[in-house]
Amino acid sequence: MGVENLMDPSRIKWISSPGPDSDIVISSRVRFARNISDVPFPHLLSEQEAKNIVSDVYSTLKNNTVFSRDIELYNMNELSGEQKTLLSEMHLISLDLADSKNGAVIVNQDETVSIMINEEDHLRIQLMLPGLQLDEALKQIDKIDDLLEERLDFAFDEKIGYLTACPTNVGTGMRASVMMHLPVLTMMDQIGQIFSTITQVGLVVRGIYGEGSQAKGNLYQISNQITLGKSEEDIIQNVLGVARQILMSERKIRQNLSGEARIRLEDKILRSYGILTNAKMVSSQEALAYISDVRLGVDMGVIKGLKPSALNGLFLMTGPAYIQQMAKNAMTPMERDLYRADFIRQKMEK
Amino acid sequence: MMCEECQMKPATVHITKIINNEKTQMHLCEECAKQKHISFSTGLGAFGFDDAGFSVGKLLSSFFEPAGQSPMSLTDKLQCSRCGLTFQGFSKTGRFGCSQCYNTFKGQMNPLLRRIHGKTYHVGKVPKRTGGQLRIKHEINRLKGELQEAINAEEYERAAVIRDKIKQLGKNKNTK
Ligand SMILES: [Zn+2]
Ligand SMILES: [Zn+2]
Repeated sequence: MGVENLMDPSRIKWISSPGPDSDIVISSRVRFARNISDVPFPHLLSEQEAKNIVSDVYSTLKNNTVFSRDIELYNMNELSGEQKTLLSEMHLISLDLADSKNGAVIVNQDETVSIMINEEDHLRIQLMLPGLQLDEALKQIDKIDDLLEERLDFAFDEKIGYLTACPTNVGTGMRASVMMHLPVLTMMDQIGQIFSTITQVGLVVRGIYGEGSQAKGNLYQISNQITLGKSEEDIIQNVLGVARQILMSERKIRQNLSGEARIRLEDKILRSYGILTNAKMVSSQEALAYISDVRLGVDMGVIKGLKPSALNGLFLMTGPAYIQQMAKNAMTPMERDLYRADFIRQKMEK
Repeated sequence: MMCEECQMKPATVHITKIINNEKTQMHLCEECAKQKHISFSTGLGAFGFDDAGFSVGKLLSSFFEPAGQSPMSLTDKLQCSRCGLTFQGFSKTGRFGCSQCYNTFKGQMNPLLRRIHGKTYHVGKVPKRTGGQLRIKHEINRLKGELQEAINAEEYERAAVIRDKIKQLGKNKNTK
């Protein structure tokens, strides 16, 4: 089956159905790194050994009644560069997997589960849900992990836990992250201060930065750095707690914004709406920034008649690889910007 | 500005990332950016769990003494019997070759893990099928903590229930 099937936004859970606090938290992700014991890590595997791991993992899931009809397997060596870029934009694979010639990914129907095989570790199990629900994501990934462990021998050490190719992942092998939309904190220049507090509690923040280092799209990802010496639950609670604090301060300043500041913000939102509904060409960087404004406008009630979930979808669907795949034939950068503007206009009219 | 990767073409892709308060910038031409799969960093693809462009290996290798500073030590001669990785090889890439490596380089693990994680012991999940005995051990330890809490809070009924659970688990452990 082609990757085109994966592009349908109605089947992608983190886009189609809102989760808790999804006015500010776009998605929650948990990832487990696992390795098969007594088999060299992927970068030292022969092609045959690597293929065996792919088929072992796939058949384990296929033998399970819940998963058997629900999963699709994609081998990296059967995909084009553009298709792999698309999967990475969709958060279904990592850049490392795209580069791994013996790599593969298993994706389930609502795209909440993706299992990368032969990335840096033999298995990278990922669970992605809409909104702020890391605890639920942990519950679900735990079940998949147990299911795989029924038939696969995972490399595990009594003292240091799950063994991984890189010692930065050893122990739980877990990364938990939330993607947050923080336009007002960014606008008020409060984001830097918040981030320096976050890093003191062992978390990592990433933003999308363009030229001039201004965050595009006001999207940030917060994740844990430490994987050893804390339980999965404790790590999750740590990330959750910080995310809750941040989202409360974003909400608070949105509410307290008044007078001239509020007028200026509403003006900015409506201008961005004007551009997205009228422009002839829109670049991917512009798209992120304007969609962010409109998303904020919808949350603040400045713009009516648009669904927040539709805008979450636009964050993804205006990405360079997604646009390229939708158009099917190769495009110049200008043609891409024309196509993108057209596409956004249609979505906004609905 | 020229591309910092190939030094041949003008840099058109500029990436600034702030990780742990540390600002890192990359200036690349479109081709080199594409090779690093970061031409699309403008999209959501920028949100990976690990950054391909900023290698963990580099970070790790800085933890170790620069090679060649001391005479060939015992550590340098260590080699994994399963995959053949040497300690020097590891400190260059920051990646192990197989799970056996953790055993081979045991003597070097603690300071390294403490640098990265601040801790040297796993307290999280234990595999269900293969971790039987250990799961029970961990569960008993967890319950002991709970027992202490109950006693401190003078909840003696709850403490009695927990104590029974611990006893039961202890029995299971011995019969297995
Ligand atoms: Zn270059
Ligand atoms: Zn080894």
